[in-house]
Amino acid sequence: MNVATLDQLWVYLSGNPLLSLLVTLLVFVLAVRINRAVGGTPLLHPVTLSIAMLIALLLVVDMDYPTYFEGAQFIHFLLGPATVALAIPLYDHRERVRRLLWPLLLACGAGIVTAVASTLGVAMLLGARTETLLSLAPRSVTSPIAMGIAEQIGGIPSLAAGLVLLTGSVGCALGPWIFRLLRIKDPVVQGFTLGLAAHGFGTAHAFARLGAVAGAFSGLAMGLTGLLTAFLLPLITRLFGFG
Amino acid sequence: MPLIMGMSVLLACQFAGELVARGLTLPIPGPVIGMVILLVALMTLGKVPSSLRMTGEGLLRYLTLLFVPAGVGLMVHFELIGADLWPIVVTLVASTAVTLGVTAWVLARLQAGHARRSGRPGGKA
Repeated sequence: MNVATLDQLWVYLSGNPLLSLLVTLLVFVLAVRINRAVGGTPLLHPVTLSIAMLIALLLVVDMDYPTYFEGAQFIHFLLGPATVALAIPLYDHRERVRRLLWPLLLACGAGIVTAVASTLGVAMLLGARTETLLSLAPRSVTSPIAMGIAEQIGGIPSLAAGLVLLTGSVGCALGPWIFRLLRIKDPVVQGFTLGLAAHGFGTAHAFARLGAVAGAFSGLAMGLTGLLTAFLLPLITRLFGFG
Repeated sequence: MPLIMGMSVLLACQFAGELVARGLTLPIPGPVIGMVILLVALMTLGKVPSSLRMTGEGLLRYLTLLFVPAGVGLMVHFELIGADLWPIVVTLVASTAVTLGVTAWVLARLQAGHARRSGRPGGKA
């Protein structure tokens, strides 16, 4: 019987999408377990934890991102139909959305202006470079929209996408503290706020932790914020003297 | 076959959304437009078919997992982020906190006022 050497096996496995797909699922299961074991703290959010563990793993085994993504893209692909599926909880809660339409729209506008103005303000004070600044500006919008906006106003699209992801994890970690501080318990307000400030991450978090009502309003906020930011952001950056 | 039917509906809406986004060169991602298309379709139909509900809610239950592959892509940006590390970290934390606070406060206030005006008990439901 011929036994293949370990490095031969590795060459085969690392070039096969099966490995990264399996590892992604296993790491996620492990991350959910760890998160539960430490009492479900949002500081060690399963998504943040999975991402950190996977990056560490890829660095250790020296696999580059495109190779990893060849397998992981099957999971990534489902984001599209899942986004479409957000219409279902929105439909279920359509009466509530209709009743609250104006408060929701106004809160969305206020949130976007706050997000962009505070981002540009703080980053300018701390002396970030102009490209970094303009890549930070669209950070609370879901990544495909953010990349388009960053390009339009003169930022770096790929950096913008990375910053969007960081914003998502920071938002999920800070959310519960802010809600406790402001004594906000309504799942509608919590969900909408998370979707606005932390896009898809916030929406996923709202679904997983706060239930379907929060998830529906979070999805609504994510969509609205994306649409409105695409129009508002170029105007705000001009106010700050860019472009 | 309900799973296949449900998935087909979702993919068809996404496909239509992509066509609209590309066709009109909108800066909005196809799936977001697909979500609007599905919402309009559901409102016209007046109910959610059980096959679609099963597939859609199944996907949404694991929404967090779906972000992991894109998130790992952060490793590609280490250098760019490292060049401006502290401004980026401080800005992300400070600005996200302020955004969360302002949005939640504004919406809670407006909602309470709205509920009072329309004679409904405010806040929770």
